[in-house]
Amino acid sequence: MSDVKNVLFGPILSNNPIALQILGICSALAVTSSLSVSLVMAIALTLVTAFSNFFIAIIRNHIPNSIRIIVQMIIIASLVIVVDQILKAFAFEISKQLSVFVGLIITNCIVMGRAEAFAMKNGPGMSFLDGIGNGLGYSVMLIIVAFFRELLGAGKLFGVEIFATVQNGGWYQPNGLMLLPPSAFFVIGLVIWALRAYKKEQVEEPEFKIAANSRAQEAL
Amino acid sequence: MASSNDSIKKTIIVALSLCLVCSIFVAAAAVGLKPIQNANKDEDRKRNILSAAGMLQDGKSVDEIFASVETRIVDLQTGEFASAEALKAEGINPETFDQKAAAKNPSLSITLSGEDDPAGIKRRSNYASVYLVMSGDDIERIILPVHGYGLWSTMYGFMALESDYNTVIGFGFYDQAETPGLGGEVDNPNWKALWKGKEVYNDQGQAVIALAKGGVDSSDPNASHKVDGLSGATLTSRGVTHLVQYWLGKEGFGPFLSHLRSEGVQ
Repeated sequence: MSDVKNVLFGPILSNNPIALQILGICSALAVTSSLSVSLVMAIALTLVTAFSNFFIAIIRNHIPNSIRIIVQMIIIASLVIVVDQILKAFAFEISKQLSVFVGLIITNCIVMGRAEAFAMKNGPGMSFLDGIGNGLGYSVMLIIVAFFRELLGAGKLFGVEIFATVQNGGWYQPNGLMLLPPSAFFVIGLVIWALRAYKKEQVEEPEFKIAANSRAQEAL
Repeated sequence: MASSNDSIKKTIIVALSLCLVCSIFVAAAAVGLKPIQNANKDEDRKRNILSAAGMLQDGKSVDEIFASVETRIVDLQTGEFASAEALKAEGINPETFDQKAAAKNPSLSITLSGEDDPAGIKRRSNYASVYLVMSGDDIERIILPVHGYGLWSTMYGFMALESDYNTVIGFGFYDQAETPGLGGEVDNPNWKALWKGKEVYNDQGQAVIALAKGGVDSSDPNASHKVDGLSGATLTSRGVTHLVQYWLGKEGFGPFLSHLRSEGVQ
């Protein structure tokens, strides 16, 4: 039971794919300028990760080692195309906003990473839960980033006005930088900082130590 | 992992069967959902047309309102409605005509370069769809598709004109990827509302409507031909000016509109 809990909820805080493993950053930068789009992206990625883990785990004992990665890619790509088609049919407005990023779930490192690291070694049930868990970890990060970006960049949440912006005769001067992808770096950086202040064991050993009291010498 | 998995035979069998299963799966999804997707696209296009013409109403479906809109194909070279025979010869169905696809087809489009191409569209279709809202035998509103290059992206939009073929009813883009918060403000409803009542042509019949950097001075005698530029988006604003002037000018719908003015719908 604790195994299940660990697999499902571990990736949210203690082993977050974005904050600790630094995977899947590309889409976290691209789609987080509004909450509703991020939410759909999060759901899509969670489903794809869960089902790709599931199917790969089912056939894991028959996958030849030499074409392992290609087999994983085919399964992931097929699932992503199906998700994209479903979005186009039932959530057309949002699929227009997500445009190519749904297709780019194929290259999202989290999906591939979990397939290779977990699903190749574990049964379908556990792999499915692992996919959901990692999807949740990704979703939590995406929603935190999108919350700040949409609120500070457009004065809105889920498209509903929270701060009346100057353009619409209000008082809030929106921070245009927050709508551009680089701002997600700042938000993700701050979240990682907060997370590592709270969970000290995530802090990495420094690669270099600065020597104490070293003095600059003139070049000879 | 059993070592027999790595034999050539097993590798090929696994690869083939996986491809087969996946392709059936993907094809089923694509084909099965196609009708719903096409209906979505169609409704989206109609919604954009109606929104440019300011005809969207709450509580009425898009299809219901669009029933009063007539779709016609214009031959941009002659400036007249394309005749049914000409369309048949080119294999064009007015209901499903796709200007984007036609602009890529060499037999249905012309190449533009340098001076001829202020809007940065490279190829222009010889035919274009226009949307008419009729009252009796006269045109009440006309909606024209326009597109052109901004800073990062080709912007696609619709412009709706009143029956004098000069006064703007509404203007808006339905597809653009300009910088959010700067050029992306072309989607701001407050900015789009500025277009209403502006006049496209000057007394000499030239399309002179333009975005004014730093805002429009109301004492300017040409103020009716100017719309506030977007602050912080000089290149997007320039793109909008160019594409509007191109499409309403003599290379675009200019001859068609002057034809309508002198001859009426017939």
